[in-house]
Amino acid sequence: MRQAPSIEFTGTARFDTHPLFPPVALEIDSGSWSCLLGPSGCGKSTILRLIAGLDTGVTFEGHIRASDGGPVPERVAYMAQTDLLLPWLDVVGNVTLGARLRGEAPQVAQAEALVARLGLKDHAHKRPAQLSGGQRQRVALARTLMEDRAIVLLDEPFSALDARMRSEMQDLAAEHLAGRTVLLVTHDPGEAARLGDRVFLLDEAGMVEAVPPAVPSIRPVDNPDMLAFQARLLKALREGR
Amino acid sequence: MDGLKRGFAATALFLCLWQALVSFGGLPAFILPGPLRVAEALWKNAGLIAWHAGITGIEVLAGLLLGAAFGAATALLLAVSPAARYLIKPALVATQALPVFALAPILTLWLGYGIWSKVLMAVLIIYFPVASAFFDGLMRTPPGFLDLGRTMGATPARLLWRIRVPSAIPSLASGLRLAAVYAPIGAVIGEWVGAAGGLGYLMLLANGRVKIDLMFAALFVLAVLTLLLHRAVGWGCDRLVARID
Repeated sequence: MRQAPSIEFTGTARFDTHPLFPPVALEIDSGSWSCLLGPSGCGKSTILRLIAGLDTGVTFEGHIRASDGGPVPERVAYMAQTDLLLPWLDVVGNVTLGARLRGEAPQVAQAEALVARLGLKDHAHKRPAQLSGGQRQRVALARTLMEDRAIVLLDEPFSALDARMRSEMQDLAAEHLAGRTVLLVTHDPGEAARLGDRVFLLDEAGMVEAVPPAVPSIRPVDNPDMLAFQARLLKALREGR
Repeated sequence: MDGLKRGFAATALFLCLWQALVSFGGLPAFILPGPLRVAEALWKNAGLIAWHAGITGIEVLAGLLLGAAFGAATALLLAVSPAARYLIKPALVATQALPVFALAPILTLWLGYGIWSKVLMAVLIIYFPVASAFFDGLMRTPPGFLDLGRTMGATPARLLWRIRVPSAIPSLASGLRLAAVYAPIGAVIGEWVGAAGGLGYLMLLANGRVKIDLMFAALFVLAVLTLLLHRAVGWGCDRLVARID
C-alpha cells in the first residue's frame, strides 16, 4: 500500500428538485479517521456512496478529489452496515472475493493468515450462516483488509452489533486500519467520539466540524474527555446545532 | 422413512376405496376396472408398457433439458441486456396468452409423428416458468452484494457469474420443480394429437380397443414416472441450493 491520500469532498446533492444537503465541504485527512455523524436520512450515506462511485440516484454538483490527483473509486474498500457475506462461500472464499471478481488468483494462504489474526482461525472454512453476528462482521473486516486499499469507507458497519461487540470491533478496526484514510459514516455519537480524528456533523442545514478532545483515537471507553465530547455531539444532534 | 410410511398408508387407503367403489358400486370393468385387474394388465403387458414408457420418458427428459436450457439462457440474456428486456420480454409474456395445447396439431404437422413434436411441446410448456423464475431471481440480487462487487472492481460479466447467478439459484430451482411436473403433460398432449408410440399413444390405443385395464395401467405408469421425475429434480435442486446457501 502506498501513502494513503487525503480526500476533499465539496458540493451539494438533490433528488430531482428536492435538495438533499446544501453545499458542504468534507476533508478526509490522509491516514486518519474522519467521522461523518448525522441523523438518518440526512445524506451521509449518499456522500460515502458518491466517494465510492456507487449509484445514489441523486444529482451531485461538486467535486471529489484525492490529494495525489489519482482516481478515488478504484482505491476504495467498502464496508456496509450488513456484513454482505455471500452465503454460498465459506469464510476464506468471502475474504478472497475481490480477487475472484477481478479474475486474479485468490491468495488463500494470506487470507487464512488474516482470518487467524482476527481470531477466526477455527472458522476459516465455515459458511456465514454458521457464524455469530460479531464473527460475521469480523469476516467482513478481514475481506476489507484483504483488499489492501488506501481508502476505506465504512457505512455504519458496527451499528447492528451489541454494545460490547461494537466496542471490540471498533478496537479491532482501529488497529488494523491504521495508516489508511478512513471515512466512517455513523449515527452514533459514542462511535464518532471514540474513533474520530476529525468529526463532521451533517444535517439538513449543512455540515459543521466538531473538534474532538486532544486524546488520540482510538479513545478509551471511559476517558472523561471522550465522554464529554460524546455528550456534546449528542446535544448537537438533538438540537440541530 | 416417515414420509415413506405415510405414502404407503395413503396408497393403501386409495386402493381400498377404489376396490370398494368397483365391488359395491356395480361399475362394469369397461368403465372402471378394479385395482387388481389393472395390476394384472400391468403385469401381462409389462414389456409393451415399458417400451412406450421409454419413449415418453425420453421425450420428457429431452424436453426438460432443452426447455430448462433455453429458459435459463433467455433469463440470462434478459438480465444482462436492457435492449432484450425492452424487445423480448413483452413478446415472452404475450406468448403465454396462447394456449400451448392448441399448438400441438401444428407441431405434429411440422415435425411429424416422431418424438420431436412431443419434445418441442414439453419445451414450450416449461420454457416460460423456468425463464420467468430465473429472471426474477437474477433481477433481485441484494443491492449490497452488487455495491460490494463494484467497489472491488468486478466486471459486469464476473458480477453476473459470481454474484447474480448464485443468488438466483433458489429461484431457478423453483422454476425447475414446476417444469418437472409440466413436462410430462406436454409430452402426453403431443402423443394424443399424433404419435407412433408413448404412454399417451398407448392410452388412446387401449381406449379404442376397450382395453380399459391397459389404459389405467398406462396412466398409473405415467403418474409414477412423473412423481419420480419430480422427486429427482427436487433432489437435484435441493443439492444445488444447499451448495449455494
